[in-house]
Amino acid sequence: MNKHVSPKMNRRAFVIGSATLGAGLAIGLDIPFGGPAVVRAADGSPEIGAWVVVRPDDTVVIRIARSEMGQGSLTGLAQLVAEELECDWTKVTTEYPTPGQSVARKRVWGDFSTGGSRGIRSSQDYVRKGGATARVMLIQAAADAWKVPASECAAENSVITHKPSGRTTTYGKVAEAAAKLTPPAEVKLKDPKDWKLIGKGVKRLDTVDKTTGAMIYGADVKLPNMLNAAIKDCPVFGGKLKSYDEAKIAGMKGVKKVVKVGDTAVAVVADTWWHAKTALEALPIVWDEGDNAKVSSESIAKWLAEGLNNDQPAYVGNKNGDAKAAIASAAKKIEAVYSYPYQNHATMEPMNATALYTADKCEVWCGTQNGEAAFAAVLEASGLPADKCDVHKVMLGGGFGRRGQTDYVRQAVMIAKQMPGTPIKLLWSREEDMAHGRYHPITQCKMTGAFDANNNLVALHYRLSGQSILFSLRPEALQNGMDPAAFQGVAQSGEAAFGYSVPNLLVEHAMRNPHVPPGFWRGVNVNHNAIYMECFMDELAQAAGQDPLEFRRKLMGNHPKHLAVLNAVAEKIGWDKPAPQGVYRGIAQVMGYGSYVAGAAEISVTDGNKIKVHRIVASTDPGYVVNPAQVERQIAGSFVYGLSALFYGGCTVKDGKIEQTNFDTYNSMRISEMPKVESVMVPSGGFWGGVGEPTIGVAAPAVLNAYFAATGKRIRSVPLRDQNITFA
Amino acid sequence: MDWANQGTAMANLIINGKTFTLDVEPDTPLLWAIRENAGLTGTKYGCGIAQCGACTVHIEGVATRSCGVSVSEAEGKKITTIEGLSSGDTLHKVQEAWIAQDVPQCGYCQSGMIMAVAALLSEKPKPTDADIDEAITNICRCGTFQQVREAIHTIASA
Repeated sequence: MNKHVSPKMNRRAFVIGSATLGAGLAIGLDIPFGGPAVVRAADGSPEIGAWVVVRPDDTVVIRIARSEMGQGSLTGLAQLVAEELECDWTKVTTEYPTPGQSVARKRVWGDFSTGGSRGIRSSQDYVRKGGATARVMLIQAAADAWKVPASECAAENSVITHKPSGRTTTYGKVAEAAAKLTPPAEVKLKDPKDWKLIGKGVKRLDTVDKTTGAMIYGADVKLPNMLNAAIKDCPVFGGKLKSYDEAKIAGMKGVKKVVKVGDTAVAVVADTWWHAKTALEALPIVWDEGDNAKVSSESIAKWLAEGLNNDQPAYVGNKNGDAKAAIASAAKKIEAVYSYPYQNHATMEPMNATALYTADKCEVWCGTQNGEAAFAAVLEASGLPADKCDVHKVMLGGGFGRRGQTDYVRQAVMIAKQMPGTPIKLLWSREEDMAHGRYHPITQCKMTGAFDANNNLVALHYRLSGQSILFSLRPEALQNGMDPAAFQGVAQSGEAAFGYSVPNLLVEHAMRNPHVPPGFWRGVNVNHNAIYMECFMDELAQAAGQDPLEFRRKLMGNHPKHLAVLNAVAEKIGWDKPAPQGVYRGIAQVMGYGSYVAGAAEISVTDGNKIKVHRIVASTDPGYVVNPAQVERQIAGSFVYGLSALFYGGCTVKDGKIEQTNFDTYNSMRISEMPKVESVMVPSGGFWGGVGEPTIGVAAPAVLNAYFAATGKRIRSVPLRDQNITFA
Repeated sequence: MDWANQGTAMANLIINGKTFTLDVEPDTPLLWAIRENAGLTGTKYGCGIAQCGACTVHIEGVATRSCGVSVSEAEGKKITTIEGLSSGDTLHKVQEAWIAQDVPQCGYCQSGMIMAVAALLSEKPKPTDADIDEAITNICRCGTFQQVREAIHTIASA
């Protein structure tokens, strides 16, 4: 059985447990006479290039720089390497290099960041080359031993064959010699038509331990003499910790220390987390909440609504013709205002990190979507240089964008720094997790559409008002103040391009940034932009007296890939045939993360407010599909995440704080509410798109449009629970 | 409050057929006694208020959210965690089906999901979709429900 675990484990891996921990790479360097240095893995097996280690028993260890958080990229990335390597897939295992090792080797493994549905698409080229490079070196080593030209040899399934003589050897036998060779300067990658492993729905490499309880997540990390910490950060974002009365909990069982964490938080360190949490609950804390305590959902909504007025400043993200003039002189126009709330990622595993700080070293064990960002946070919080720090990645109990942030890593180090030599595991309570998210940004959108006398759409004005993620998290990415990512799904071109041709178009963003910190929440800005645009597209179709699908098709002539996925779902759901009695349909499409997606839903509604989702059909064109079984799961999972947010989500603000505290007030879909998702993959080739996020964009609008078809009522704000609409 | 007189509290918990004598207060949630005192971390913390099901274990064969049960309530009862579901090296049929169907995504909720399904199947070996909908109320944020349902039906039809 393939497992994401190295059989030979060093001391640390043994302490941590059986799974997922990079067992320490590159313990030694051979310096042979006249050849390049051989880099060795912890068990002494040689590297054949940075991506591949081959053991004498033909086991192939593939290095994975991106993080596995359930999306299956670990398996997909291994498939990409193995495809070019021509190795035996049943003997493939994987390991994570650490960010510290990467930095020490001039970032030989490239970017560690696992967000923006980039895991596969942004690394596919160099990881395939890593596999191809190793194959060329292994074949060369065999050819050298046989004293034949390498061109007479071929590799398949980890076996190298000298074709003229029929002699064979295996990767494990020539690995030592191959490791001493100079890597080829260039390698040729396979033509996609020759792929054998890419495109196959092979089983994930990380499943077994997830069924036995053996998989180690951050919350499960154990180190010798470790203590546990529970934390409370000022519930009003931007507020500070004023004081706490430590005497009140003095002597509580298991409590070792109460520590201030930066200017804003306090943590209790105890023998067990339950003791730490119990003592923290009993600790009297005074906060300096500051001016943000005056902010509420109502005050935010009012401020955002002002931004919808055309006299307020706004950034233009997409434009052609003169939409304002065309609207002013149009035969007919319609207008609607939509809104989308804050959402918490609510990963099943709350935020956590384990840190060990000594005077000359700081190490952290955690689930992170960005090992290098976590590493940078460790450097900053510890004050130690890069060669004294490292981050050991473990499995993530969900990411969805939340674990790309490093606030929890920084906190763990700040606590550990106050207890040198003692490993500290910081675990957030669910309540802390709900109160200190990096929330899906809050926005409103006013859309105006105008028609000529023949009901042709002649103008569209899309005016967004609300929060920018980049303003808060990556200000260096703003363009003269504008957040280009705000236009995901309605952009002029690029990986999230608008799929309709409208003669006069104006897409703009009045940026308004409330104090609640925004984050990259699965699908990011595609979520609200797709709801706004695709629901309004339905409103436009209605105003024009046309079928929603036909109305869209007429605007999509110049966008064949957008249209192809839309047509694929229309065909699969049977749009041209009547739905079953009492069942109504909705449809939506969007482009995001380089992929084209569409979705359609069949629902019924009882008493006007109880929705039963009978069918969901979803189509995606990500260019290439590496593992269809995992892509299918990402598509279905996107619906669960997106519809949970639509029906049950929404974080509200009162007195500057988030009101929702746990899954009782921020609910999530259950199995009874979720139908099967019928996915249609239509990879058209020639480009690489992402799959983890784009589909979420069509989940909500497909259902909302079906709700209109069923009831004649437009829903223009999320979540549905605010309107007393729920699952039947 | 006089914290100084808490003393040492010992509890006997029978977990996976083994008796653990643990230094843990009687009002501690069973979840934390299992994870921190017995050291079995396969049972997960998700919410602490019996909403999400990540901490589901069997108590006398009944699927139970261990965050909502105190140590004193669980003492003397037969507790099974995900680590004790298999018989030695032989995995439980639910675990086998989970592997065959590649059910988990991040996997964090799956210990609880598997325990809930195992309890359902021991009560109803051939559950209908309605039975599944009623019995399996665990939250999975990754959205593995489709594979969960298919895997249950696969086991039921074996």
